[in-house]
Amino acid sequence: MNPSSESEMDPEPKKAEDLPSNSENSHGPVHPQSPFPDEVLEKVLSFVDSHKDRSSISLVRKDWYNAERWTRSKLFIGNCYAVSPEIVARRFRRIKSVTLKGKPRFSDFNMLPLDWGANVHSWLVMFAKVYPFLEELRLKRMTITDEGLELLAKSFPGFKALSLSSCDGFTENGLKAIASHCRHLTELNIQDSITEEVGGGWLSCFPENFASLEILNFSSLNGDVNFDDLERLVSRCKLLRVLKVNESITLDQLQRLLVHAPRLTELGTGSFQQELTPRQYEEIETAFCNCRNLQVLSGLWEATSLYLPLLYGACASLTFLNLSDAPLQSGEFAKLLAYCPNLRCLWVIDTVEDKGLEAVGSSCPLLEELRVYPADPYDRHHRDGVTELGFLAVSRGCPKLHYVLYFCRRMTNAAVVTIVQNCPDFTHFRLCIMTPGQPDYLTNDPMDEAFGAVVKTCMKIKRLSVSGLLTDRTFEYIGKYAKDLETLSVAFAGSSDWGMQCIMEGCPKLRKLEIRDCPFGDAALLSGREKYEMMRSLWMSTCSVTMKGCRLLAREFPRLNVEVIREEGGDEDQAHKVYVYRSVAGPRRDAPPFVLTV
Amino acid sequence: MNSAVMKFMYTQNKAHRYCLTPPSYKTCPQFSHSLTTNFLQIYVISRKMERSCSAPAFEKDDLNLRLGLPGRDESEQPSSSCAKTNKRSSSEMDTSPHNNQSAAPPPKAQVVGWPPVRSYRKNALQAQKQPESEGSGMFVKVSMDGAPYLRKIDLKFYNNYLDLLKALEGMFKCTIGVYSEREGYNGSEFAPTYEDKDGDWMLAGDVPWEMFITSCKRLRIMKASEAKGLGGCL
Repeated sequence: MNPSSESEMDPEPKKAEDLPSNSENSHGPVHPQSPFPDEVLEKVLSFVDSHKDRSSISLVRKDWYNAERWTRSKLFIGNCYAVSPEIVARRFRRIKSVTLKGKPRFSDFNMLPLDWGANVHSWLVMFAKVYPFLEELRLKRMTITDEGLELLAKSFPGFKALSLSSCDGFTENGLKAIASHCRHLTELNIQDSITEEVGGGWLSCFPENFASLEILNFSSLNGDVNFDDLERLVSRCKLLRVLKVNESITLDQLQRLLVHAPRLTELGTGSFQQELTPRQYEEIETAFCNCRNLQVLSGLWEATSLYLPLLYGACASLTFLNLSDAPLQSGEFAKLLAYCPNLRCLWVIDTVEDKGLEAVGSSCPLLEELRVYPADPYDRHHRDGVTELGFLAVSRGCPKLHYVLYFCRRMTNAAVVTIVQNCPDFTHFRLCIMTPGQPDYLTNDPMDEAFGAVVKTCMKIKRLSVSGLLTDRTFEYIGKYAKDLETLSVAFAGSSDWGMQCIMEGCPKLRKLEIRDCPFGDAALLSGREKYEMMRSLWMSTCSVTMKGCRLLAREFPRLNVEVIREEGGDEDQAHKVYVYRSVAGPRRDAPPFVLTV
Repeated sequence: MNSAVMKFMYTQNKAHRYCLTPPSYKTCPQFSHSLTTNFLQIYVISRKMERSCSAPAFEKDDLNLRLGLPGRDESEQPSSSCAKTNKRSSSEMDTSPHNNQSAAPPPKAQVVGWPPVRSYRKNALQAQKQPESEGSGMFVKVSMDGAPYLRKIDLKFYNNYLDLLKALEGMFKCTIGVYSEREGYNGSEFAPTYEDKDGDWMLAGDVPWEMFITSCKRLRIMKASEAKGLGGCL
């Protein structure tokens, strides 16, 4: 039994009996009688929500395992292939909420073919049979088809919340089924989902008397919705607190929606550019001023300096400003920030440049999270974006910063050293120097000392993404100092197998490791073999791993699935893309032909 | 032709220091990478065309094109976008074989999945909602008086005239100056003009940006002396 710090499912489930346990009937080794009757234990456990705590509880003793499985109502499965629907159905009987995650994260960046897998259908079939009272389904990086959505809509009379994050496979027909049949729907939340032209007809399928919606997010779906139907929907859903529309909604349409829903706490606008009459401008301005509870703001496509002032009245209580769809210039950005004194979380595009980030440093003292996305990731238009200076400015003004995602074209070791001295509480440090293998631009040194400083100074670091020119030294530092590290992303870095070995031999809490284009081979892969069962997964692509190394690993550890995708037309022995994950379900049965389970 | 090329290189943009020999980044660190590339492209073209002419004052080893052959995708090389300052130092050119610290192999142009941005996000930034063009770019040819070859740019990428002019200044190493309604671009060396849907040549800057990008068919950067008298939409 592996006592892992995070186990969504125990790698070795004990033989689960189908009746609630009774210590007198227990067939296991003799234990002292539990002082609590089962009912008391179950009652206490019903207050325990965290799946990590529940996992720990289930490992204590057999009757606790059984009490836990009878009282668990929320299921979290971080890797849909780590366990099978059948095993889950046998162990848990009363599930109301399911969170399922599928593809490896690199699928977001087109590194996996579309038909790789993670189709939720077999899970839905099982849920329909065993969990008729299912209320919530949250999927991340999974494929769900229209058939799946229809099955979902028709199988669970009490269904309330559907959240699809980075999912694909559906069209408006599936959404139509959800809208038509889920009478008690409170949440329809579709984010970052890669869809072709989905169409907007689904929105008109909510029945006229349907009024339970609290969360509606269709911002990432293209396709025009019928505005009148949307307006009617919003006006009758009195409990609506989150509304994120797509780009097809215009400014004056937004105004009408806001009039119906002034109590929104989260708003995603539509297109933010439109020829307005002075009267329209004033009406929209007033509508925004009336949104006194707004905490989260996003959307703002095509916003320019002409229209941003419309927002000023709504920003006083804003804690999260998401400008990742609005390429702003530094001047208009700085003006907007002046109205947002309570910001804790900010996502921007690097068109604001270092000057804009200086404004962040001076206007946002409470800032905890910053993400700076590149306007021009492939350097087609030679925009400068942000540099180490912008990051430094933020670190000086925002001492509470603990989460950063920063895309830049240049960085120095000295800057990062200073940044982490200013902000020692980093838990998530994701730095992406966009040119692979780029050194410190001032000294030409590798960026080893930068990441060394991060892990030495930031004791609580949980997630790290490294970039730039890096030798094995970086990994020595990480292995030695990053004791709480759970997620590590590495690209175009390292000098030899030793680098990866340092990670595998250090980092006791490592759960997810993703590596691409690094000189790590079989020795590196095998150096971690004792660790992979304690981790969720390992991804290695375009490294130096061979089929031989994969086979060795798979043979020694039958509870690991070692999946290889070979390069088309490439060397037969090279393991081009390797995905290793622990599983109690054995090799997956739905693997497409190009995925080899070794 | 050769002297025209050299004249072009000399007279444009006093902010950059030029030398005739393609420098290595060690000897001329301020020399921007893109200028070197552009220079080499021009040089090789001119050399190919001028075989029979008397040899120019280039040295033999200058034909050793270390930094890349012409015709290479420009997106691979970092370069400064505006004429103001050379913000990128040459040490960024670490894809050259001179960087002996690099353990990872030099990257190919546009590697799959790198940088790690989601495709929906990348598309959102490039596609501005325009009624006529569906998702794909709005590419127009740009010519400049005296330049031997044309360029192409995607108008949809820019938000306003300022961005466009900044980019043109960087691309052609010229100064276009500030627009004024009365004077046009008087006072600067060059003026941006465009051919509209009706086939007329107009001064860029008179009409709102949205209107401009839907009606612009091609751009031409004229010498200001020739642009006098272009009255915009009057």
